[in-house]
Amino acid sequence: MSAPDAAALTSDSLTLRIAPPKGWWDLHLGELWQSRELVYFFVWRDIKIRYKQTAIGAAWAVLQPFLAMVVFTLFFGKLAHIPSGGIPYPVFYYSALLPWLYFAASVQAATNTIVENQRVITKVYFSRLALPISSVLSGLVDFVVGFVLFLFMMIYYGIRPGIPLLLFPFFLFLAVLTALGVGLWLSAMNAIYRDVRYVVPFLVQFWLFASPVAYSSSLVPEKWRWLYGLNPMAGVIEGFRWSLSGQGTPPGRMVLVSAVIVLFLVASGLIYFQKMETTVADVV
Amino acid sequence: MSETVIRVESIGKRYRVGERERYVALRDVLANAIKFRRGEKRRPKDFVWAIRDVSFEVRRGEVVGLIGRNGAGKTTLLKLLARITRPTEGNAEIHGRVGSLLEVGTGFHPELTGRENIFLSGAILGMSRAEIYRKFDEIVAFAEVERFIDTPLKHYSSGMQMRLAFAVAAHLEPEILLVDEVLAVGDLAFQKKCLGKMQEVSQSGRTIVFVSHQMNQIRRLCERVMWLDAGEIRQSGAVPEVLAAYETALIAGVHENERQGDTPLVRARFLSWEVLEPNRDEPNLYDSFGNLKIQFVLQVNRRIEFGHHGIGLYSQEGQLVWGTATDNISLGEATYAFVYSLPSLPLRPGCYNWRVSLYDSSVLIDAWECLPSLIVSTRPVTHPRDEWAGILNIPCELSVRQLQPQLKDMESSGRVSSLKAGESNEVRVHID
Repeated sequence: MSAPDAAALTSDSLTLRIAPPKGWWDLHLGELWQSRELVYFFVWRDIKIRYKQTAIGAAWAVLQPFLAMVVFTLFFGKLAHIPSGGIPYPVFYYSALLPWLYFAASVQAATNTIVENQRVITKVYFSRLALPISSVLSGLVDFVVGFVLFLFMMIYYGIRPGIPLLLFPFFLFLAVLTALGVGLWLSAMNAIYRDVRYVVPFLVQFWLFASPVAYSSSLVPEKWRWLYGLNPMAGVIEGFRWSLSGQGTPPGRMVLVSAVIVLFLVASGLIYFQKMETTVADVV
Repeated sequence: MSETVIRVESIGKRYRVGERERYVALRDVLANAIKFRRGEKRRPKDFVWAIRDVSFEVRRGEVVGLIGRNGAGKTTLLKLLARITRPTEGNAEIHGRVGSLLEVGTGFHPELTGRENIFLSGAILGMSRAEIYRKFDEIVAFAEVERFIDTPLKHYSSGMQMRLAFAVAAHLEPEILLVDEVLAVGDLAFQKKCLGKMQEVSQSGRTIVFVSHQMNQIRRLCERVMWLDAGEIRQSGAVPEVLAAYETALIAGVHENERQGDTPLVRARFLSWEVLEPNRDEPNLYDSFGNLKIQFVLQVNRRIEFGHHGIGLYSQEGQLVWGTATDNISLGEATYAFVYSLPSLPLRPGCYNWRVSLYDSSVLIDAWECLPSLIVSTRPVTHPRDEWAGILNIPCELSVRQLQPQLKDMESSGRVSSLKAGESNEVRVHID
């Protein structure tokens, strides 16, 4: 045949099979890797739109954790005298609010992402996983902006975390995975059951009180602390506090329990999400 | 003979009735779980097959048209091939990169600029970043929006949005392109440009599967046609034969399963409709500012004594554009042609739907949402900005005349010719 045909033949290895959905093991993680540029564009869109529609733009990303920190410091710290283990209250609260607000915002964004993108989902195929993943990643931009303020606070309060700081990337990674695991579950559930989105704000609120944001996990009796780690955010937040302030004891066992839970959440979330994915274009 | 790139084997897709309209609430699921325990079974009639037992093959470089009435399963078939939805049974094999174009402007966001939307929509449609960078200038030039490329999309007219969307889509270069009826709207000149681009694509050896209601598009582009009817392939083959059979069926009115008027229980039925004037290839197209003559075919099985007949024209948004009614019609047992003559139908380009009804002594005999839709593709002469264009498309001329002589400035007595207002609307301004 002619020249263009010969050229097209080279891509023949690319064969798609279209068949009824199979079992739960039918994950398409390879496809996700192919759509990594799409993840980039979704993150970029989320950020552009978020800041185009706000009056104060990126300042919002600083203001939110800052104001929360002021309120927490005032009421839980100065008035309720929650023990902070010698860490200055602003640092104590800000280092916990950073991962918490990231988690809360990412989970809420991920919950709505399938429904918000339903027009695109019903008109073109791409790895749907790109949507919750980009919700969780675009939250990181606000996190980084908020983190810059924390750097100034560290200088102001003379905090030198030392060696524990080396573990900070691990805790950040754990925070992202936690948000992803919960986000996968909730986004898939919300695509099928539309009232999930009304439940999520309550869920997030209860979760805040169940996590060591306003208080330290040292309030939990020593022998139950590993159990407290079943809440994956407990491990993440204590990890943040410890690695950023360098004070207190490393939350070893609790973090380990949290990490196992997070891996379980992500794995089960992937399976549940992809099960939903096969029918999503028919139901959204 | 080139090799097969799409092979579909007895594919089928079943939907639950109402699945698309209603979403599930968690509480309903809990309530249903209790109900099911009481032994209630889901009845089989709660399911409909949008497509069933469809098999075909497409070879590399072929351009295949899909025709059929609304609801015949054309879009479902495309969605299955595009992997947007998964089949209930059967399977298909596709060799090569697939691009699908089921809607114009997929992924566009009104807050983003034209430039940003090109990247976003391109990425969603499956282009790589490098590919978009390479084709960016070409896309912008094709869309003719150079001046507004850094303006947010929400300030674009609908025509400009459409052109930008098409431009992105037209530069998709997958080996297999699936196109739903996206060329039905937009002005004729741009439609032609898009058709030209698609012809270019098909000549470069790519495979296209293409849905359209516009038979002249099918004639121009396709080598082979498949006629889908009620979820099955009714006929497939060379363009002239299949189109002839399809059009015959359309005129005879048998394209509508429920539009068969000869059941004795039915007193009267509207069977079909068409545009008589302007006389085009399409039986449902209006593309001028002139005379419009349309005909509705009504079959009467039992006498109508005190007939009341109403007609309405609805926009796609469901807004009533025009309506009228006639009383005291008496009809014997026969087939009738109801012909309406309108001096003009100055509507903005788009899809519109007729609704005709017949009553006898206030009892409804038949009401029909006419299919196919009326496609108005008259050249737009309205304000280029969507929000100022309104719903009518009326050519107009403005003249400005000075009423009282001005004392000082006598220089303005010259004639100023052809002052352009808007994109396509030429307005002459005279200053006497």
